[in-house]
Amino acid sequence: MKYLDEFGDPDLARALLDRIHAATTQPWAIMEVCGGQTHSIIRHGIDQLLPAGLELIHGPGCPVCVTPLETIDRALAIARRPEVTFCSFGDMLRVPGSRDDLFTIKSQGGDVRVVYSPLDALTIAGENPDRQVVFFGIGFETTAPANAMTVVQARRLGIPNFSLLVSHVLVPPAIAAIMESPACRVQAFLAAGHVCSVMGLSQYHPLAQRYRVPIVVTGFEPLDLLEGIRRTVVQLEEGRHEVENAYPRAVPAAGNPAAQAVLEDVFEVTDRTWRGIGSIPGSGWRLSQRYAEYDAERRFDVTGIRTDESPLCRSGEVLQGLIKPTECAAFGRECTPRMPLGATMVSTEGACAAYHAYRRLDVAPT
Amino acid sequence: MSDMSDMSDLDFEGWTCPAPLRDTPTVVMGHGGGGQLSADLIANLFLPAFGAAAQADLGDSAVLEVPAGRLAFSTDSYVVKPMFFPGGCIGDLAVNGTVNDLAMAGARPLFLSTAFVVAEGTTMAELGRIAEAMGAAAVRAGVRLVTGDTKVVDHGSGDGVYVTTAGIGVVPDGLRIHPDQARPGDAVLLSGPIGRHGVAVLSRREGLEFGSEVASDTAPLHGLVAALVAGGIDVRVLRDPTRGGVAATTNEIARAAGVGIELVERDLPIPAGVRDACGLLGLDPLQVANEGNLLAIVPADQAQEAVTILRAQEYGEGACRVGRVVAEHPGVVVCRTGLGGTRVLGLPIGEQLPRIC
Amino acid sequence: MCLAVPGRVLTIYAERGTTMADVDFGGARKKVCLAYLPETQVGEYVIVHVGFAIQRLDEASALETLATFERMGLLAEEFGEPSGEPFGEAGREAAAEPDGKSRPAVPQ
Repeated sequence: MKYLDEFGDPDLARALLDRIHAATTQPWAIMEVCGGQTHSIIRHGIDQLLPAGLELIHGPGCPVCVTPLETIDRALAIARRPEVTFCSFGDMLRVPGSRDDLFTIKSQGGDVRVVYSPLDALTIAGENPDRQVVFFGIGFETTAPANAMTVVQARRLGIPNFSLLVSHVLVPPAIAAIMESPACRVQAFLAAGHVCSVMGLSQYHPLAQRYRVPIVVTGFEPLDLLEGIRRTVVQLEEGRHEVENAYPRAVPAAGNPAAQAVLEDVFEVTDRTWRGIGSIPGSGWRLSQRYAEYDAERRFDVTGIRTDESPLCRSGEVLQGLIKPTECAAFGRECTPRMPLGATMVSTEGACAAYHAYRRLDVAPT
Repeated sequence: MSDMSDMSDLDFEGWTCPAPLRDTPTVVMGHGGGGQLSADLIANLFLPAFGAAAQADLGDSAVLEVPAGRLAFSTDSYVVKPMFFPGGCIGDLAVNGTVNDLAMAGARPLFLSTAFVVAEGTTMAELGRIAEAMGAAAVRAGVRLVTGDTKVVDHGSGDGVYVTTAGIGVVPDGLRIHPDQARPGDAVLLSGPIGRHGVAVLSRREGLEFGSEVASDTAPLHGLVAALVAGGIDVRVLRDPTRGGVAATTNEIARAAGVGIELVERDLPIPAGVRDACGLLGLDPLQVANEGNLLAIVPADQAQEAVTILRAQEYGEGACRVGRVVAEHPGVVVCRTGLGGTRVLGLPIGEQLPRIC
Repeated sequence: MCLAVPGRVLTIYAERGTTMADVDFGGARKKVCLAYLPETQVGEYVIVHVGFAIQRLDEASALETLATFERMGLLAEEFGEPSGEPFGEAGREAAAEPDGKSRPAVPQ
């Protein structure tokens, strides 16, 4: 793929790694917020190639991991209804609720469908007027514009049998919450490149200043990640704490104003509970009053949800970088990828799943 | 191979016995009932469609002359959706899949049975296309279709057509091909590019459709195996990486043999079309299904020769070495990444789903 | 959250009142909604996430970034032991902010 493959060149990666090694004179802890970045880091083995002492802490940037248990349970309750066609991104299918997951419900006869885009769910709604089609609208600011436009379309085209179960989460409040945590070890952030493609850079300057942390907007391919890390190390070594854009080809400073306008119209800020972390004020989006009729939470009365989080699960502490997965007593015992207790073990970029894969292995990189 | 996704009507005139089928454009419950309708279906759809591959006594069982020696016996059910995709259809998979299971034991495949579960309402055209594809695939693979069955289920109980094939073949004396034969130092080979079948099917699946030039690689592989054996290669392990792709297969071998496997990412044959489709949906090509590819483990000093032999065969043109068996990390498969790092290639849990993260 | 890939716009058309495009991702083609990038022209590159173009891909910037990396690579080859500082013209470019300001070199 053009403008993608070139950013995986191994020789250029080596050059960037050499520079990182040369620039690093002391230990640093950098958090990458975005689950997509975690995935790419693990997939390419990047964290193994960094200087010893340069630690990447995998942050809570994975909507799979942080969607609140109550929302999962609500989704499952809706998906079980015979009149509902429940559409979702593939990521959510195996996330455990208090009991079951979407995959189990599908196998028990529930009409659960994986789609690539929320527009596909809207198409299904249009073609099946006798079904109630619900789309599971999770994700960070990157995904919110797609969900927003779908609701706008639903109204414009007059498709009443479509609704959205919204659970959007926002990056800047998460960064603030992590830095406010007393046991926080994070000294710098790799900001999520595609979140910034939408939202721009403006929200990050106050954070960099208030918490005195470098924030470097970073992409996802190996060279992008390495360059983001390199620039972060340079700032840390120089004692600076600024917002830097290491992904300019995809991130203009202002982001995408057209998308921001629609987001402003369709969503409103709300407090959001992050699974395993707790409530972070103003950290989520829900459908605004104007679009209340498309809100699945209102359309389907799913009261009486009693969540049942495993008391053994410490994924919240893992998500904040407070403990390593290996420090959790259930890790590898009661909790494995096949029988996950929390979302960080389900998702391929969940820190616990990643550690579980590595733990069995002691292979030195060449 | 023709693109079976074209659904235009079949030309019944070309078949031997005409009338009854033209009057019933779709399959009804009676076609599975064992009476006149069933007989019509066999005589006027299945047998003509199977063509030269058919060897039907039409008794309750097929009685066969089988060469002396060890028999390989395998069965599989095929439920792929959509049934028609670029490069083939469920019929191709049903024949090639079972032929390949036999081939992975080193067997020469001989005879297949074919059982159909058809949802009421399936068109004759669809069923006929599937049967035609099976006949053609059987001829290509050199096997006969010797016995079968058809059941019809309520519309809604099934979903189009499900096919089950069972097959028998003969295994030459002295051949022991089994995961426990893998030894540290052995070379891991693939007979061709990976990920084509899974991408082809996904490109037509509802909710994910995308335009793609990638066609399924469905093909019979016993010729490749025979060539390796005839060439004096000590074939230790053979598997075809179907569901779960190379990731599943290598993990299964590593666990069964108690060895580690190391793959080298730069050496993996991933066609651009597969790479791009996987990039679009967030899939790992190593977990994507193949239907015309084999993974072989041979002694390291025979690896080059084995690749040369494979490349000279039909369906083996893209053969290459992709890794080795190691004594370290038994039961675990590791991929050396393009950057020189490592990642553990885990056993896939269930079907790989497109992701947004 | 963040799996978005760059693709080239092949055709642009209206569908039920919304601007859509056929986008080519190297070989895979997909229908993409262009509502958030209404100025897009055929032949340009966009970044696509779950069926929506969320940002344009700045080709000039992409090539510039690659060129910077290549210079870093060449310098590493030429000078053997790489130094950590972004030295010389190439280094200052590499560390430049989008607004064009340069960073001072790291003291050795």
